[in-house]
Amino acid sequence: MEWEYSPAPESSAIADVKDRYLPFIDGTFKEGSGEDRDTINPGTGERLSTVSTVSAADIDRAVKAARRAYEGVWSSMPGAERGKYLFRIARLIAERSRELAVVETLDNGKPIKETRDFDVPATAQHFFYHAGWADKLQHLGLGPAPQPLGVAGQVIPWNFPLLMAAWKIAPALAAGNTVVIKSAETTPLSILVLAEIIADADLPPGVVNIVTGAGDVGSALVNHPGIDKVAFTGSTAVGRRIQRELAGTGRKITLELGGKGANIIFEDAAQDQAVEGIINGIFFNQGQVCCAGSRLLVQESIAAEFIERLKQRVETLRVGDPMDKNTDVGAINSEAQLGRITALMNAGIAEGAELWSSSCPLPKNGFYLSPSIFTNATPSMRVAREEIFGPILTTMTFRTPDEAVTKANNSPYGLSAGVWTEKGSRAMGMAAALRAGVIWDNTFNRFDPAASFGGYKESGFGREGGPSGLAAYLDTDDEAVVR
Amino acid sequence: MSHLAVAKTYKLFIGGAFPRSESGRTYQAHDHKDNFLANAALASRKDLRDAVVAGRKGYAAWSKATAYNRGQVIYRIAEMLEGRRTEFVDLIMTSTGASNRNATTEVDAAIDRLVHYAGWTDKLAAVLGSANPVSSPYFSYSAPEPTGVVGLLAPSGSPLLGLVSVLAPVITGGNACVVIAAEQDPCAAITFAEVVATSDVPPGVINILTGRITELARHLAAHADVNALDLTGADAELRESLEQAAADTVKRVYTPRGVPDFAAAPGTARLRAFLEIKTVWHPTGALALSGGTSY
Repeated sequence: MEWEYSPAPESSAIADVKDRYLPFIDGTFKEGSGEDRDTINPGTGERLSTVSTVSAADIDRAVKAARRAYEGVWSSMPGAERGKYLFRIARLIAERSRELAVVETLDNGKPIKETRDFDVPATAQHFFYHAGWADKLQHLGLGPAPQPLGVAGQVIPWNFPLLMAAWKIAPALAAGNTVVIKSAETTPLSILVLAEIIADADLPPGVVNIVTGAGDVGSALVNHPGIDKVAFTGSTAVGRRIQRELAGTGRKITLELGGKGANIIFEDAAQDQAVEGIINGIFFNQGQVCCAGSRLLVQESIAAEFIERLKQRVETLRVGDPMDKNTDVGAINSEAQLGRITALMNAGIAEGAELWSSSCPLPKNGFYLSPSIFTNATPSMRVAREEIFGPILTTMTFRTPDEAVTKANNSPYGLSAGVWTEKGSRAMGMAAALRAGVIWDNTFNRFDPAASFGGYKESGFGREGGPSGLAAYLDTDDEAVVR
Repeated sequence: MSHLAVAKTYKLFIGGAFPRSESGRTYQAHDHKDNFLANAALASRKDLRDAVVAGRKGYAAWSKATAYNRGQVIYRIAEMLEGRRTEFVDLIMTSTGASNRNATTEVDAAIDRLVHYAGWTDKLAAVLGSANPVSSPYFSYSAPEPTGVVGLLAPSGSPLLGLVSVLAPVITGGNACVVIAAEQDPCAAITFAEVVATSDVPPGVINILTGRITELARHLAAHADVNALDLTGADAELRESLEQAAADTVKRVYTPRGVPDFAAAPGTARLRAFLEIKTVWHPTGALALSGGTSY
């Protein structure tokens, strides 16, 4: 019998997408003096809205507004009061959660079930968690009265546009800093809805400034002399450039960069659960996740059977309209990203890796890619070393736990890793041996504002979330100096 | 008949051994009156690469040692230094012109600094880690781990206390280090290496090179198997170029905001600069849901 799902699209009416969006500087939405940019709905490939972008002069205005707000009101406000603003924002996000989910899905292309059940609730929770820290900074173990840094310049990526905004804004504000944050080029909408919420919350003007534009705007922001702290999430290439450009400035930097996460399956793993975890690890958000489990390491004794099982399950994933509530895998964020993924896929084929793709039908319009698996890859291939940032899993095998550790750690990255085994001691031993900032035992892609997140090695430095995430926004240099 | 002094040959300290520079080069160290004190090894880029290789091996052993063991070993360094107190006082007086009293103060402070850090090794996880109250059925914890191999530019002007103050926090966290000694003070640094060599520190955990900071530091900053840098011993101009070089491999860089006061009590900034926080998630399943959480 054929079981087919009928379409179950979420209504886009609730998003009430406007024809034009403006940057948010010093408490007001004003036309930027940069060029207008259309933002595309990746699910259809059609124009969704137009966004006014900022110029260097606008950035200067935003940084000055943030400085005024920092010196005039925010840094001297009692922590408890700062916290109340953040609690208020958390509540307002929850109240407009469906609207935010729809806006995010329309602008980003990720399935509505992800934005509805993960991105937006996690955003509200992130503000709620950090709100509580604002009057408890003295309990962080960083001295009796940790001081904020000043004005933070923040640049976020397009893969979790709203959640990344929360990851940047909430800890900065809780610690007493003010911010100028740049949204990603292709996903400016949800953060500008957040700007409306921030305005509704009566946050003092200039505490949060949101600027729009492409990489040149981000570069101008992080290099602006009025910035005291830089936080960047994005590619390792851009992270390196920022670190180089800021050499000698003494500016505190946190970088959340790329990854090539190993997902390690031992022969004693609960295989059905492992299959689900692998799928979540690589196809969540179409694999456009810095901590994606993009390198599958399967113990040789079960590899053939296990990969068959994995293919069968991937074959059942529903790829298509991001607005459909039954969609598992949505659209790739942009045509450019689709091109980058395809180029690396072709490089894998050229290097001799065998590519298997799901036979699912793809929509005619929009930016889509079938979930795919490279079987029989070798560690030196580009698809085994470079971040693909798409729904492509690269598979290798190992024989012993030591070999699994060596292969997993053989990467300049070190953001995440997964371990699947029913043996508790092995899980814990592997967790200790893997050189990555986040280790998931018998699960993958779990996030919580109370649990810090960030990379080892070239995946960046500094943490977001948890107590160590706050340290990134405080002056923690406690070494005495002669002069 | 008077005793004709037997002068010491100062060499490098790499992987627990004392080799000469592979380049065969030396440079002259002088006392505070600019008289010849000794020939020190003038380390080359190849020596530096050897030291990083040794550091990676040392890291493998040291990062796996228990925190208690690391504490005992660092305490042992303090014991060995105490035993050679007079030698260091004399050396500091000769090389810097410090009074006996000031030199003694510096040596005593260096010994006490090591004792201070010996007691830190098994508290880092308690102070910097956390059990994370996540809102899903997982046990989640965050704990500090060493960053790896740290390149260290030792400060000048404080031949022993400065060196110990930058080196001790790095190894306390479980890292290995490659130290470029202060150019003017090679003798104290290599004599300290003799203390290290007799203190049960695994080979390669501490490697000390003497030579020209301007020649060596850029190779250290650009080396792909060095995870972090401490630029205390570099001037502002050198710091900027080293920070630029460090960016290619996203190294963690510790740059003090001024001239550190090594006589003051150390904070935790130097410890934190060379630690990574790892978060681990483990499912608790239905049992934990019905029985409450474990924290």
